[in-house]
Amino acid sequence: MIWDNHFAISVIPLLLQGLWVTIEITLLGTLIAAVLGLVFAVLRRLAIPVLSHLVAFLVVFVRGTPLLVQAYCAFFVLPAYGISFDAFTTGAVVIGINYSAYMAEVYRSGIQGVPAGQWEAATALSLPGVRTWGRIILPQALRTVVPMLGNYLIQMFKDSAVLSAITVVELMAAAQAIGSASFRYLEPLTLAAGLFLAISYPASRLINRLERRYAPQH
Amino acid sequence: MRPSIESTHVSSPPVPQDTVVAPGLAAPVSTGVGADAIIRFQGVSKNWGSNHVLKALNFDVAAGEKVSIIGPSGSGKTTILRILMTLETPSEGLVTVDGDVLWSVNAGEKVRETRQLRETRRKIGMVFQQFNLFPHMTALENIIEAPVHVLGMNRAEAQERAADLLKLVGLAKHMNHTPPQMSGGQQQRVAIARALAMRPKVLLFDEPTSALDPELIGDVLNVIRNLAHTTDMTMLMVTHEMRFAEEISDRVVMFDNGGAVESGPPAQIFKNPQQERTRTFLRAVLQH
Ligand SMILES: Nc1ncnc2c1ncn2[C@@H]1O[C@H](COP(=O)(O)OP(=O)(O)O)[C@@H](O)[C@H]1O
Ligand SMILES: [Mg+2]
Repeated sequence: MIWDNHFAISVIPLLLQGLWVTIEITLLGTLIAAVLGLVFAVLRRLAIPVLSHLVAFLVVFVRGTPLLVQAYCAFFVLPAYGISFDAFTTGAVVIGINYSAYMAEVYRSGIQGVPAGQWEAATALSLPGVRTWGRIILPQALRTVVPMLGNYLIQMFKDSAVLSAITVVELMAAAQAIGSASFRYLEPLTLAAGLFLAISYPASRLINRLERRYAPQH
Repeated sequence: MRPSIESTHVSSPPVPQDTVVAPGLAAPVSTGVGADAIIRFQGVSKNWGSNHVLKALNFDVAAGEKVSIIGPSGSGKTTILRILMTLETPSEGLVTVDGDVLWSVNAGEKVRETRQLRETRRKIGMVFQQFNLFPHMTALENIIEAPVHVLGMNRAEAQERAADLLKLVGLAKHMNHTPPQMSGGQQQRVAIARALAMRPKVLLFDEPTSALDPELIGDVLNVIRNLAHTTDMTMLMVTHEMRFAEEISDRVVMFDNGGAVESGPPAQIFKNPQQERTRTFLRAVLQH
């Protein structure tokens, strides 16, 4: 098969639409993962009897099963129980919850890295729990966590291709659709790979710089 | 400078209904100071597994008294301060502060934090060996954090008081510096100002200068000396600075092996110790 420039140019608009969906899914999924992961990490640290165990179980479950399986279950099985959303929403939520399990671990290590003396100083000043978390512990814990969250964001950007399996028309699905309609896979798939790279490579360079900037200064 | 300490009611401490005083708690013995006690340990034990760190300790501190605790490493000095600051739970015994029950624990009982404990805790402040300033906040922010968010003081007033406190510890110019920009001695002085901002009745010091380079110790000791001489705050200090303890203390208590071995005015402890254990300890630390 020989590269056809005209064909390649003609499919770019469709691919860009797919790329845009990929970006939307990634941003939404990251938001869900960042917030939920933080909630999970704090809940586990608070050691609330039943809740903490539930969270621990959810984390083990999510980390122990493939993203593809989770996406299938959410999209094809849950509707049988009356829970159904469109592919885009389902995809963003599934990938968000999936990543929240990993991000919870990142937050947890960040929280653990805050010296015990910080908690003790907060107690000695009688600071209420919410204030201790919000003003003392989390600002210090998150500092070290920012670059790692960035790495997950890039990973999610690439992983979101899996969601083509549940009919989310992101970049990968767009390339596949073009391929099966025209019987030409070379151009759309090459271009799709190029677009993934065009975003993820500069992004990871940026993360590396952030990493150096937020590295502990001692 | 500070309002005088109200009369205390240690003779009949109000015991919350959900707690019961451990039976068989004897009246305080030799280290007691009687009815003036603002801090009172009665039969307090602390065990970590089979390590009996405090053994049925009885120990009182009078209101306004400046007490230094000396003793070998591992003798439980820090543990006493941490129990008072509620950073550690006693295994057994009764601790009252200013007439209020802080801890009332029966052996083997599971203890949880009560509202009573949280309220009593506010009367106590602590200065840590490692300062424990909040590194992401300026000196000023460190100091106003609790007055604003615990005492409900308005920000402007809290800042004004923080500026005065920074002046008191000789750091007026460092208001907007963060801990990483300050020396250990400066950090410790900010930490003292931070504790003072809560107007505690009792201020605890756990070896406040032992993490400092020798040339920075003097400034911190000056601040503590100044507090000892000019306030009626009760001060309880664990220290290895024997000369300093001798100079500023009303009373020095020698700890060893889970209890107070000897307690008395500095002149007695340092010049004429009654206990052999005190003599050997002082010989060892004053010699090096
Ligand atoms: N969190 C802890 N877990 C187990 N043992 C501890 C803990 N904290 C203190 N200890 C033990 O308690 C004893 C007394 O400690 P501490 O009060 O710090 O002594 P000091 O301040 O007099 O040196 C030591 O033997 C120490 O190992
Ligand atoms: Mg100690």
